[in-house]
Amino acid sequence: MQYWIIQTLNSLALGGLLFLLAAGFSLIFGLMRIANLTHGSLYMLGAYVGISVLKYVPNLWLAAIIGGLVMALFGGLVERLILRPLAGNALGQVLVTLGISFIVADLCLIVWGGDPIPVPTPPALQQPILVGGVAFPTYRLVVLAIAVATALALYLLMDRTRIGAMIRAGVDDMQMARAVGIPVSRLFTAVFCLGAALAGAGGIIGGPIMSAYPGLDADMLPLALIVVMLGGVGSLLGAFVGSFLIGAIYTFGTALLPDLAYVILFLPMIVVIAFRPTGLFGRQSV
Amino acid sequence: MTEALSLSGIDALYGESHVLHQVSFNLNAGRVLALLGRNGAGKTTCMSTIIGFLPPRAGEIRLFGEAIGKLSPETISRKGVGFVPQGRRIFPSLTVQENLAVSRQKRKGVAMPWTLERVIELFPRMKNRLQQLAGSLSGGEQQMLAIGRALMGNPRVLLMDEPSEGLAPLIVAEVGRTLLRLKQEGQSIVLVEQNIKLALGLADEVVILNTGRVAFSGSAGQVRSDQALITQHLGVF
Repeated sequence: MQYWIIQTLNSLALGGLLFLLAAGFSLIFGLMRIANLTHGSLYMLGAYVGISVLKYVPNLWLAAIIGGLVMALFGGLVERLILRPLAGNALGQVLVTLGISFIVADLCLIVWGGDPIPVPTPPALQQPILVGGVAFPTYRLVVLAIAVATALALYLLMDRTRIGAMIRAGVDDMQMARAVGIPVSRLFTAVFCLGAALAGAGGIIGGPIMSAYPGLDADMLPLALIVVMLGGVGSLLGAFVGSFLIGAIYTFGTALLPDLAYVILFLPMIVVIAFRPTGLFGRQSV
Repeated sequence: MTEALSLSGIDALYGESHVLHQVSFNLNAGRVLALLGRNGAGKTTCMSTIIGFLPPRAGEIRLFGEAIGKLSPETISRKGVGFVPQGRRIFPSLTVQENLAVSRQKRKGVAMPWTLERVIELFPRMKNRLQQLAGSLSGGEQQMLAIGRALMGNPRVLLMDEPSEGLAPLIVAEVGRTLLRLKQEGQSIVLVEQNIKLALGLADEVVILNTGRVAFSGSAGQVRSDQALITQHLGVF
């Protein structure tokens, strides 16, 4: 019983972290048609920046905010200075994001070293919650709550505001969005900053579960890619459902059938793409 | 008379293929100019060039005297060019109301600015569809939405690319009445149409394109009375 509860909460917490990563990835992909391969690096760099903040101020939430803001700035600069001059050259943009991810990985190795750095769970959340003799790990529940709250906030932003409608219009038909005067280029930067901030904050929030280590970026990026292909490019709901689906598949797959973990992970994606190329909730094919 | 829109010596190319050759015409404020020609004559390319999708290789486009040929589509739109594209291209995953709201632009010095209420008054059947996804509208309703969306930007010049295309005759008549009303309110319009009867009924001036060149430029009355001209450039109707 305890085992299954732990595994379920592990899968929900991973799903929540994946959502923080995939939501921005999906929006950027949907709006700008860029598969931003630095997104895993933003997650890892956010974790490392947060760890450096924790050295001075031992507050995980402050570290998450600062990590997110630093990544927003970094993402905005990448978008404006590097991706913007390559507008219209999708392959060039994807390759550049891949190159940046290598550079970031090496810089992290230089600055923070090659050993995994654990992130302590906030003291108030270290004690499990006991319900009827069963222990629920508190921090994983908090991660889940953060992801759900973020999803709700993003939903309200995307669905209930004019800015959100403008972003969706850009996803629907970017050229036509321009022709009705929507400042698509400024929205690009804003969405990129938002996506980067979520990824960066996700990195440090995930710290107590995953810690920070070289290769964290390469571990997370494929999961985000799968989530977005499964859920559908540019769809917030798709990113949400896909994240928890992949979180569950990955957690239970590695726990129950460790030899087949990747088969279990990629198989649903292949099935979805074969029969529904736009993903579960998307409009454009990948 | 004020020149609302002027093209002078426009050359446009899709890659290596030269689509527009030295196209020039003027639209005076408050007038309707019909841009006619056979399929492939360059009408839609002309529209794409004005709205900024395909910047001209040579020549000058001016909106009320201001050069707009090198600007981005969003800037051209914000300067006051409204665009009703061929195929309507409404935002399908947005509601009708959102389609209109994202296109709203305020402009100083507009006597009767377009609002949601005025667009609904123009197209009463939109009223009960505001919360519906635009992609679920019928073709005629999508066309009305596309027109309403362009009007929400309070355009100084309205470009309309085949607004009657693919619509049932009754709806075509309704679109025609809408265009007439816009004209009566003083809206400057460039109208691309295959439905020559509809176009000649509304237009003050006519420009006929043939293989990317201006083959005729004159008043609508001239075209109406010159069957040979129509036969030569537009086919029989």
